[in-house]
Amino acid sequence: MLKKIITSLCTLCILFTVASGVLAAEPIKIGALLAVTGPPSFLGDPERNTAVMLETQINNAGGINGRTLKVIIYDTQGDATKAVQAANRLIKDDNVSAIIGPSTTGETMAVIPIVEAAGVPLISCAAGIKITEPTKKWVFKTAQNDSLAVERIYDHLKKRNINKIAILTVSDGFGSSGREQLKLKAESFGITIVSDEIYGPKDTDMTAQIVKIRGSKAQALICWGTNPGPATIARNAKQLGLTMPLYMSHGVSSKKFIELAGDASEGIILPSGRVIVAHMLPKSDKQKKSLLAYVNNYKKHYNVGGDHFGGHAWDAVMLLKGAIERGGDAPDAIRKELENTRNFRGIGGIFNFSPQDHAGLTKDAFVLVTIKNGNWTLVK
Amino acid sequence: MDLSEDILQYILSGLSTGAIYAVIGLGFAIIYNSTSIINFAQGEFVMLGGMLTLFFHVTLFLSLPFSIFLAVLVATAVGALFERLAISPLKNADPLILVIITIGGSILIRGIAMLLWGKDTYVLPMFSGDEPIVLWGATLMPQNFWIFGITLIIIVANRLFFHHSIIGKAMRACSFNRVASSLVGINVKHTVLFSFAISSALGAAAGIIIAPLTMTSYDVGIMLGLKGFCAAIIGGMSGGIGTVAGGLIVGVLESLGAGLISSGYKDAIAFIILLLILFLRPQGLFVKGDTERV
Repeated sequence: MLKKIITSLCTLCILFTVASGVLAAEPIKIGALLAVTGPPSFLGDPERNTAVMLETQINNAGGINGRTLKVIIYDTQGDATKAVQAANRLIKDDNVSAIIGPSTTGETMAVIPIVEAAGVPLISCAAGIKITEPTKKWVFKTAQNDSLAVERIYDHLKKRNINKIAILTVSDGFGSSGREQLKLKAESFGITIVSDEIYGPKDTDMTAQIVKIRGSKAQALICWGTNPGPATIARNAKQLGLTMPLYMSHGVSSKKFIELAGDASEGIILPSGRVIVAHMLPKSDKQKKSLLAYVNNYKKHYNVGGDHFGGHAWDAVMLLKGAIERGGDAPDAIRKELENTRNFRGIGGIFNFSPQDHAGLTKDAFVLVTIKNGNWTLVK
Repeated sequence: MDLSEDILQYILSGLSTGAIYAVIGLGFAIIYNSTSIINFAQGEFVMLGGMLTLFFHVTLFLSLPFSIFLAVLVATAVGALFERLAISPLKNADPLILVIITIGGSILIRGIAMLLWGKDTYVLPMFSGDEPIVLWGATLMPQNFWIFGITLIIIVANRLFFHHSIIGKAMRACSFNRVASSLVGINVKHTVLFSFAISSALGAAAGIIIAPLTMTSYDVGIMLGLKGFCAAIIGGMSGGIGTVAGGLIVGVLESLGAGLISSGYKDAIAFIILLLILFLRPQGLFVKGDTERV
């Protein structure tokens, strides 16, 4: 008797699940490969938070075309091998329509052959120029190219009539890519690099490099790295009484840098996405609205303002949302609609994708900021 | 800015980092001498020193001197606990197994620190301001003088403890011959516990005095630990002046190498020295080769 009841209950349950599956439309599935833990967690953590926040927000507003959005997030820990395994899982087991991430250039390069073979659109949140150059059929990205940041700095140096510079770059992927671009673009701006120094990501004292730079004929120093190295460099430069102007990369455009470098951060100039100076932008700025909405929304959910890095995930999710709204969630349709995206006002800049350009940004994506009284100020 | 001033700056910066390597190296040597294992968790106590001070000072609003005192105390307790839970239960285990256990311990401590404090980098306030001090054309921070001063005190105290106190002498006796020591009534198990406690305290002290200059995060221990290991190897794992000299040599050569040769090779320099010493003089630079008595 009991056996019969259980069997019939089970049958009912199965019938019910099948029926409800048919009634409600299938959710739209997007995969995310983010370095939530591990060394690049300063990228992956805000990216994950942003993706989760947007998922709830979009579903509360009725989903995409009446269907709910489901973001499946795997933590890659910044490890290319894990990123590749997770990408395979997303494509083969989870059947996602598109993927956002990975967070770093190294992981993205490892995942590219997989998405290219499977024909699934990927919007990377990493900055490396080789991700979209040469253009790959299925690969897009939202983080600004290093070369755009370099151009911004060189523009400013030219305005100040500086043509001899020193560079101090970190010996990891971010630093070597920046170093490459700094050297590549220097000539076309009439700039000579008179001193080319390197430091390790875990180094605790950079006075030796700065003394060497101080003794060179450089008129300005450009440092390329992510926290905490550049903060140590700023402190060492102050200790040694370095008088030349100090420029940094967009890798330190977060409040954490000011906190770490303290007084030594005063007067440092760096290119940054608009997000950290959102409230200072003139009303005419086309991105201002999206930026303020993102920063405030993030603050409401996580008690800190949204940053540059989470912005890459915001752009990726919202670009996908737009593409799916216009053309449905078939991978090929998403890819086509992404290529047709024009004037998308995102966090990282105003995106204009095309079949030839899968990065979509110009150097206007960056503004120059400086640090005054422990806060960001726009450089006019 | 002439070259001699630059070189002075390299040497002073190098001495300051070298002093830290020396204190960490002493920690390695003390444990090696009483247990003949290399405690690869040593770097994690450096991290604990900095992070615990930060926790007591910034999160619990205690005064800096008191926070430092508590941090050393807690780190010492963690070191002693580590010995009780992981090293002491394995009686007569092969040193290699114990070394691997210390590596496991270091990963565990680092992981717990990551869960407790997150992955961010934090900064500890300088002990006495951040106005640079000019010294014959080179500039140093007041914190550098704290590093020199405290390192000197640690070295002297270390010497006094091991040569003039009964516990210290007992510990040295154990390092020469464990069986004979236990025969004359020395409690060998206690000396092992002591050596772990002392070297954790040393590591924590190093971590605290360097944190205002270099900042601290859950993973600073790895690199500093390895550099301290280099110092101890150069000093032939001696608990005294050899290891101190080893640390200073590594620090100064790194700094000179980065300044005069190429900054890209800074870390390579320390490890090239390490390999050369291991190949050519495995007994250390300052130790006359001794014969193993059977």
